[in-house]
Amino acid sequence: MSEQPATTAEAATGEVVLRLSGVVKTFPGVRALDGVELEVRAGEVHCLLGQNGAGKSTLIKVLAGVHRPDEGDVQWLGEQVAFSGPQAAMKAGIATIYQELDLVDYLSVAENIYLGHEPRSLGFVHKGQAARQARELLGRLGHGEIPPHRLVKSLPAAGKQIVSMARALSHSAKLIIMDEPSAVLAHDEVGNLFRIIRELTAQGIAVVYISHRLEEIREIGDRVTVLKDGRTSAVNLPARTTPTRDLVSRMTGRSIEYVFPPRPDTEPGEKLLEVRGLGRSGEFAGVDLDVRSGEIVGIAGLVGSGRSELLETVFGARVAEAGTVVMDGRRLPPGNVAAAVRAGLGMAPEERKSQALLLGQPIYRNMTLTNFSSYATAGFTDTGKEQAEAMKVANQLELRPRDVRRAVRTLSGGNQQKVVVGRWLLGGTRLLLLDEPTRGVDVGARAELYQVIRDLAANGVGVLLVSSEVPEVLGLSDRVLVMREGRVVRTAPASELSEEDVLDLVMAGSLTAATTEEVAA
Amino acid sequence: MSVSSEQKVEHAVPEGHAPHAAAERAGGTSWWKDEAQEPLRRNLGLVGVLLALFAIGAYIRPDLYSNADWVVNNIMVILTQAAAIGVVTVGMTFVIIGGGIDLSVGALIALSGVWATTLATQSFGTAGMIFTAIAVGIGAGLVNGALVAYGRLVPFIATLAMLVAARGLAAQISGKQTQISTDQIINSLATTRWFGIPLLAIILFVVAGLGWVLLNRTTFGRRTVAIGGNAEAARLAGINVRGHTMLLYALSGLCCGIAAIMLTSLATSSQAAAAELYELDAIAAAIIGGTLLSGGRGTIVGSLFGVIVFSAITNLFAIANLPTEVQNMVKGAIIVVAVLLQQVRFSSVTQFARRHGLTRAKPQA
Repeated sequence: MSEQPATTAEAATGEVVLRLSGVVKTFPGVRALDGVELEVRAGEVHCLLGQNGAGKSTLIKVLAGVHRPDEGDVQWLGEQVAFSGPQAAMKAGIATIYQELDLVDYLSVAENIYLGHEPRSLGFVHKGQAARQARELLGRLGHGEIPPHRLVKSLPAAGKQIVSMARALSHSAKLIIMDEPSAVLAHDEVGNLFRIIRELTAQGIAVVYISHRLEEIREIGDRVTVLKDGRTSAVNLPARTTPTRDLVSRMTGRSIEYVFPPRPDTEPGEKLLEVRGLGRSGEFAGVDLDVRSGEIVGIAGLVGSGRSELLETVFGARVAEAGTVVMDGRRLPPGNVAAAVRAGLGMAPEERKSQALLLGQPIYRNMTLTNFSSYATAGFTDTGKEQAEAMKVANQLELRPRDVRRAVRTLSGGNQQKVVVGRWLLGGTRLLLLDEPTRGVDVGARAELYQVIRDLAANGVGVLLVSSEVPEVLGLSDRVLVMREGRVVRTAPASELSEEDVLDLVMAGSLTAATTEEVAA
Repeated sequence: MSVSSEQKVEHAVPEGHAPHAAAERAGGTSWWKDEAQEPLRRNLGLVGVLLALFAIGAYIRPDLYSNADWVVNNIMVILTQAAAIGVVTVGMTFVIIGGGIDLSVGALIALSGVWATTLATQSFGTAGMIFTAIAVGIGAGLVNGALVAYGRLVPFIATLAMLVAARGLAAQISGKQTQISTDQIINSLATTRWFGIPLLAIILFVVAGLGWVLLNRTTFGRRTVAIGGNAEAARLAGINVRGHTMLLYALSGLCCGIAAIMLTSLATSSQAAAAELYELDAIAAAIIGGTLLSGGRGTIVGSLFGVIVFSAITNLFAIANLPTEVQNMVKGAIIVVAVLLQQVRFSSVTQFARRHGLTRAKPQA
């Protein structure tokens, strides 16, 4: 936690275009960036590495001018800058290619590339000129075959990415930030992406490259900066030669947040949930899993491995295309949340604010959202009873503040999560599905949440947990399933797996899979 | 850097909740800043507007306003004129709080009214007419609800289609003729007063009262607020979002049926062109009454005040003998001002600044 960032003196050739020092960005309840250092040189591929919640997204948004840092210096081309917004950053030469590409589907390729800075005179757009210039830019990217007049909607993901890059070039960007660009690409398309990146850097353009996949970083990266808990735990490591072990330990390194309650000695109880052959095309396939009463089962996997989709399908929020979900020996109808809730399932979804909470509503109303009818008499709600019951749960979960009439909006992330968990406690849930339960939750509150989850299990609740933070899955679960590309690749007791094992299974993904595919083909 | 800032974290975020939350709890929240008191502030504001309208009237026509009997009677006139649109606004408030919109209300009033006053329906007597108007309203509302909930149409489009189709059907049924109501009981509703209060106004207050209870005291109301506030969260909590959406549009249709009877009584007739643009008046009244167009928040009392304010403006212009063009311009201005006020008050000044990029942005999920 308090170690100095490791630095190596590897000389990168280009001059420094971007330098961040001591950048701090605070959101209510969370210190998302807490002293970040970053140095990017012209013509290099600088990789950002870090677990989910390490602050990568926030850092990108600071660079892109979306967020403004609370503290610290941002130097761009030798001058201290504070971008007033994304447009200002773009004008200054920093282009960002987000994971969810920000293109307009029903505009053409050329119109997208020149959106906001069309070649024009007297207010008239020179369509021909725009198309000609767009073709030239696409050609520079090795994709002259994309017709500039085509609707962006009709392009595949890889094509859209090319259009985004062409747009960056059209702004004569000197730095292009790419947020997990390979996540939406097939393997051979990744090769093409790398070729383009190399051509860009050869022209002196700097690239900040974010990826979970270590193999990619080895292949394309020059230097690596590692983020952990909003801080840089290592800067400017050589991308090709730093041992994997070092990178992983810089990413994960033990800290206060991973204080897990001890596992009980007791055997788990009777089987609650039985999933067989569950699948949805393009998301996951052939998943078998059991959860017993009092057992915590963890699913480890990257974003896009199908873990969240799996959880939502078990809960009925997505319709299962294949396989069965059986709770207490009774099969649940696919795609029916209400039936799943009646059967005793509950879910704390990944996006707490958009999927779980009524932010403007009081805590107690959020807690009784599933079962307010059960306190009602002939359709008339009993808010007094609801508040009293919610208060009991608030005490049990040590919610802060303990005033259940307060709007959920005012709570910190950790306490908001407690409200969601409390909802299912009140509803008498016996199988709880937790998707990224500690996302956006700060250090102290995490340990509390872990204890809450373990206490639930001790009371006989079965827990199925998804997290992209491997230590969390390992530390909290009794049994672990590792998912990669929609399949369960390993199931084992948590005590038999190490963090490195799991990271290896999870991250080596693209390369191993690709090799087998090539062999098969 | 990363070393020194660790202690700061512990202090800045004690136990993991936002610093301002602790401060608010310690100091207590002023009622004009507390978000939960927003409806109260708004209603007080609307009462202020009514008083101001009264003062303007008294200034323009001191001769009338110095006569207490005239003033009381004028208030009854305002309430009578507000009655039909008020009932519709109660239904509209539910639909908007539930995250939808109903553009078809004016057309449904016309359709219900015309259907209830055909010679065939009138032959069934008063009860038959009332039953027909309400059944037609609910039926059309259910169609709206089905299109939105199960047909996955955007509420705006579904109810716009209903607006056009219902006017067409009303014209078809009536043969574009004005249908005279010969039912004495219905015709007398508009002129009846109980304890000096017009019956139509009493109906409005009863509907609004029931609406208030339904919204604030029942599971139906709770579901409405939940669905409008966050439909996905409601669905994942096991609430039947589609079924409830159906009911919301049916409720709006029911209110249209009641309003159709009221308008028929006022005019002693019905026609396909009745209640034109009522949808816009009802939406506007709900909005200035504090209902969020995006759903999840709103009050019946606010909507009621909104309707009465509009009715009072119409009344004032009639008294001052000013043209309706000016009146409509004033109404437009009031809608804009009400919404602007909502933005400034609803979110505190800091949030306002945040939205306009004057301070730091909100956290990303």
